Amino acid sequence: MPDLIAKPALGRAPMTMAATTLAEAAWTRITSIAPFPGQAGSISAALAPLDLSFPPANRFVQSAFGRIAWSGREQAFLFGPEAPPNLAAAVTDQSDAWVMLDLTGPQAQAVLARLVPLDLRAATPGMAFRTALNHMPLLVMVDHAQVFRLLTFRSMARTAWHELQDALSGIDARLGLKA
Amino acid sequence: MRLNCPHCGPRDRREFYYYGSADYLNRPAADAALQAWDDYLHNRDNPAGVTQDLWYHEQGCTAWLKVKRNTVTHEILSVEPVAGGAA
Repeated sequence: MPDLIAKPALGRAPMTMAATTLAEAAWTRITSIAPFPGQAGSISAALAPLDLSFPPANRFVQSAFGRIAWSGREQAFLFGPEAPPNLAAAVTDQSDAWVMLDLTGPQAQAVLARLVPLDLRAATPGMAFRTALNHMPLLVMVDHAQVFRLLTFRSMARTAWHELQDALSGIDARLGLKA
Repeated sequence: MRLNCPHCGPRDRREFYYYGSADYLNRPAADAALQAWDDYLHNRDNPAGVTQDLWYHEQGCTAWLKVKRNTVTHEILSVEPVAGGAA
């Protein structure tokens, strides 16, 4: 087994414009859990020691141990802890397949309005949506009305950063005009 | 245009991929007459009115959906998951 080096997808410093910050989130273990047919209940039971349960569509569940977010039909992503053993589910390690970006601040929603075909004004904390960031697959989790965690494919990390930076600088320029 | 995904809720058309007529769900038996296979593969109605087709929620829950819509009024009448209910 060769020695593998853990590297961030981007390794960039956070960027702030219009009091809104785009930052790469710290590395976290991500495990996809896709229950076998009708097994969501048994997954919830197995997750109980982590104070988690299999999330309903468009939601995530947070506990002191970690987080589990709905990520598609009969599929959820577990963030943080290792998945309990012997789950009645297809379990795959996704840690190195995604880039996680945090978009935080008063303009976060306006930035996403330019890129995501979903009205996030009505979104409340605890919601998690599978949608698109322009043409890229996106899992967006709403931590707070002004705090969004975005996941897209790691191979598209620089493009995602570029798109978000572009949208943010456009909003920044528009705010400058009004001032 | 929006489709009301039974898992995700109302979503923009950009999240979906259009596959074709819902006739694709009715695959003939392997030993069916050639005419049945010809109809299945090639022959489609082109109604001015209610039609049913398959959409894939590609940038979403990745479910296949059977959509009933009206080609005259552009009204979406129903959206059902092909594989059944669970989210």
